[in-house]
Amino acid sequence: MIKAVNIIKSFDGRTVLNDVSVEFGTGQCNLIIGRSGSGKTVLLKSLVGLHDVDEGAIYYDDICYSTLDFRARKAIRKDVGMIFQGGALLDASTVAENVKLPLDLFTDQSEEEKMERVNYCLHRVNLDHAHNLYPSELSGGMVKRAAIARAIVMNPRYLFCDEPNSGLDPQTSIVIDNLIHDITKEYNITTIINTHDMNSVMEIGEKIVFIYEGNKWWEGSNQDILHSDNQELNDFVFASAMAKRAKGNIVK
Amino acid sequence: MFRIFESIGRYVLLMQKVFSRPEKMQIYYTRIVREMEALGLNSIGLTAIISVFIGSAVTLQMAITLESPFIPQFMIGYATREVMILEFSSTVVALILAGKVGSNIASEIGTMRITEQIDALEIMGVNSASYLILPKIVATVFFFPFLAIFSMLIGIGGGYGIAVITGIMNPMEYIDGLKYCFYTSEIWYALTKMVFFAFFITSISAYCGYYAKGNSLEVGRASTQAVVVSSIVIMICNLVLTQLLRT
Repeated sequence: MIKAVNIIKSFDGRTVLNDVSVEFGTGQCNLIIGRSGSGKTVLLKSLVGLHDVDEGAIYYDDICYSTLDFRARKAIRKDVGMIFQGGALLDASTVAENVKLPLDLFTDQSEEEKMERVNYCLHRVNLDHAHNLYPSELSGGMVKRAAIARAIVMNPRYLFCDEPNSGLDPQTSIVIDNLIHDITKEYNITTIINTHDMNSVMEIGEKIVFIYEGNKWWEGSNQDILHSDNQELNDFVFASAMAKRAKGNIVK
Repeated sequence: MFRIFESIGRYVLLMQKVFSRPEKMQIYYTRIVREMEALGLNSIGLTAIISVFIGSAVTLQMAITLESPFIPQFMIGYATREVMILEFSSTVVALILAGKVGSNIASEIGTMRITEQIDALEIMGVNSASYLILPKIVATVFFFPFLAIFSMLIGIGGGYGIAVITGIMNPMEYIDGLKYCFYTSEIWYALTKMVFFAFFITSISAYCGYYAKGNSLEVGRASTQAVVVSSIVIMICNLVLTQLLRT
C-alpha cells in the first residue's frame, strides 16, 4: 500500500499539488489520470521520491517515506521499479546489461544466476531475442517492454509507470497494459500508473484517481467512471469522438 | 556574483556525492576501463596530429627567429623541447581535450538527465553521480598524463622530422639541444599539471551535464558551458601550479 497524506508541492511559488490525500492498494492497478499540466506526473514523482514534497507525508505500507534519510530511502528503493515515459534505458548498454544492472549492483548472485533471472524477465516480456540489442535498435514497444523487464528484475513490491503507453499504437498499448496488469497480480505489487489512455482506464483501472488543477477531484473504479456526474471528469473522459459515441450508447 | 558561489557550492556537493563509497567496486572497474577507451584511447589520434604539427611549427619558428651567429643552433632543439614539455603537452593539449572530452561528457550526461536515465538510476537506489562520474574522473586522471607524454614525444619528433625534411638546421644539433640542460623535474611538473587538468575537465563537464534541464538546446548549452568553464579553470590552474611548482 502507498498512501499520500495532505501533500503540497510548489515550484517557484506556483502550487502544483494542493493538499492531495490518496491511498493506493496492493495487488491492484491504480491509475492517476488528468489533463496535461494537471500535476499527475508531479504526484507520481513525489510518490516515488524524485520530488521532495513541501508539506504532507508519503507512506510505503507503514513507513513514512518522506521523513527517511538517504540511506533508508535507498533500502526502500530496492523494492521499487519504475517505467518511465521514454523507457529511460541506458543508451550505452545492451538490453540484457540494462536489465542486469540492478542485480550487478545490489546482489551477490553468480553470473549464471543473474543471467538466468535476466533471461526469465526478458522472456516474461517477450523479448527473448533482444539481449544484445542497444536501445537505439529497439521499437517503441520493445523499449517499454525492456523497461518493464528492468523494473521487475529485483522483484519489486511497488511499481510506478509514467505514461507507459505514450507514443504506442493501440494494439501495442493493450499488450503493455496486459503485461503490467498480469505482473501486478502475479507478484502482488502495488502498481501506480500515470496515464492519458482511456483504453487503459477501462481495461485495467481498478482504482482511478482524477487530478484536476493540482487537486484530487475524483476517485473510483473503471465501473464507476462512466456513471460519474463530475463535470470535469466527464469532460476529460469523454473528450474523444469515440468516447462520446460510446457514452451515447450507454445513455440509450 | 551570487550565482558563481551557488555554482561552486553545488559543484562541491556533487563532488562529495561522486567520491562517496561506490556500491560495488567490480562494476566500477569495468566502467573505468570502458571510459579509458572512450575518453583516453580515442583522443590519441587528435593529440598526435596536433602535437606533430605544433612541434614542427615551433621548430621552424625557432629556426627562423633565432637565426644569428651569436646563438648556437642547438638552442632551437632546446627551445622546442622546453615549449613542448612545459606548456604544450600539458596546457595546450588539456585545452584541446577540454573541447573534445569535455563536450562529450557534458552532452552524454546532459542527455541522460533529460531522457530520465539518471532518474531511473536514482529510482534503482544507485548513486547516479558516483556511478556515472567517478569512472570518468579516474579514467582521465590516470590516462591523460600518458597522453601528455605521448604528445611530448610526438611533438619533439615532429620538430626533428621538419629539421630533416627542410634542412633548416642540422638534425644532430637539434638532438644536442634536446639533451641540453635536461631536468626530469620538468616532466613531473607537466604530468602533475595534467593530473589537475584532467580532474577539472572531467568534473566540471560532468557537473554542467548533470544539472542540465529542459531539452536538447539546454544540453547544447551545457556542452558549450563545459568547454568554456573548463578552459578558464585550466588557465587559472596553470598559473597557480606554475607559481607553486616552478618558483
